[in-house]
Amino acid sequence: MRAVKGDQKTRIALTLNGRKLAAEAEPRLLLSDFLRHGLGATGTHVGCEHGVCGACTVLIDGVAVRSCLTLAVQAEGREVRTVESLAAPDGALNPLQAAFRDHHALQCGFCTPGILMSFTDFLARNPQPSEAQIREVLSGHLCRCTGYANIVEAIKEVASSSHAPRSEG
Amino acid sequence: MKPRPFDYVRPDTVEEVLALLAEHGDEARILAGGQSLIPMLNLRLIEAAVLIDISRLAELDTIRSDGGALEVGAAVTQNKLMAWPDLARDFALLAAGLPFVGHFQTRNKGTVCGSIAHADPSSELPLLLAMYAGEVVLRSQRGTRAVPAEDFHKDMLTTAREADELVVTVRFPHPSDRRVAFREIARRHGDFAIIAVAAAAGANGAVTLGVGGMAGRPMTRAIAARDAASAADAIGQWAEELEGYDDLHASAAMRRDMLRKLAANVVAEVAQ
Repeated sequence: MRAVKGDQKTRIALTLNGRKLAAEAEPRLLLSDFLRHGLGATGTHVGCEHGVCGACTVLIDGVAVRSCLTLAVQAEGREVRTVESLAAPDGALNPLQAAFRDHHALQCGFCTPGILMSFTDFLARNPQPSEAQIREVLSGHLCRCTGYANIVEAIKEVASSSHAPRSEG
Repeated sequence: MKPRPFDYVRPDTVEEVLALLAEHGDEARILAGGQSLIPMLNLRLIEAAVLIDISRLAELDTIRSDGGALEVGAAVTQNKLMAWPDLARDFALLAAGLPFVGHFQTRNKGTVCGSIAHADPSSELPLLLAMYAGEVVLRSQRGTRAVPAEDFHKDMLTTAREADELVVTVRFPHPSDRRVAFREIARRHGDFAIIAVAAAAGANGAVTLGVGGMAGRPMTRAIAARDAASAADAIGQWAEELEGYDDLHASAAMRRDMLRKLAANVVAEVAQ
């Protein structure tokens, strides 16, 4: 049985984007803050901190969840993936990121890391979604500047090209 | 918006959970998916001395269907139940209502039992449990008991659970209904419903209606739906009896109006 007192800091180890990392945290520390302040991974953005806006969405064991509605200690021993894992080591964008760039699916970019992680999970499970399904998943995110139409277009492009090589142009 | 300090415990067995609940009582909160609990802690609407994390207990992460009922364990997420292969065939109303529960991202973590134990009057799963006339199985060191949905949900955020009890499973009996429908009105898809309405029609044409968001708990009623006019009369009378309530999202009068319209729609859907 794992037990941590409220005022006690404990060492929390997890795998972040393939690397085993650890830092100290109290039980009340949210995973979103642990990633940013404990592990220095600031790609995950923090918006509303009560599960409404979706900016902080990350993958835990491959599944998209709100990191602000997850305690850091709950992610102990788990595989966490954040937006930093998407691009290649040389910085080349992956197809989902490239489609966002091509379709002007981001402007200020604050909501983008969460949306990318949601669809990384969703498209892995549903490679050929309908537009209605895309919009249903996107309803779990708030974007305050670009608007959603271009985000839907970007995701549709990735979905439709997932069984065919993506043409460059 | 960060929670106040609390102790965190992650037991390895249900027996350990029950021992912790016996020790801490209502000072403790069960953490399953945390999709309602953690927002309330973040906003400091509630406090807890101890959080007991049951999310990794494999013995609670099971979906079983025998001849009598579908049994969903306390660690089963809403998306896991949605992906259960026979859901649409055997439990059509659950399959129709679950997509309205939160968002894809919160259903990945939020649990079926947690939503029912939380007992928000406008949330979908308590309404679905009421529509199936299901029951909630509670365990403590004192024993195990099964409580019918209508006795479990008492009022807004208030249930029959004692402080030392754990909701271990909920049971949805196999339905005899032929046709079902589920609709709701929310500001944004995935938000809590202002009101949610369900209908199920049996072989003899009798229609059971259910509504969330009109009272402190989900309400159901059997109505005679011989034709649209008699159904509308029965729904109108029910709306007046329930009264509804005022909040940020809608007045009681608006809720009654929504019930009259939505209920007529779902009755029409199942009455064909």
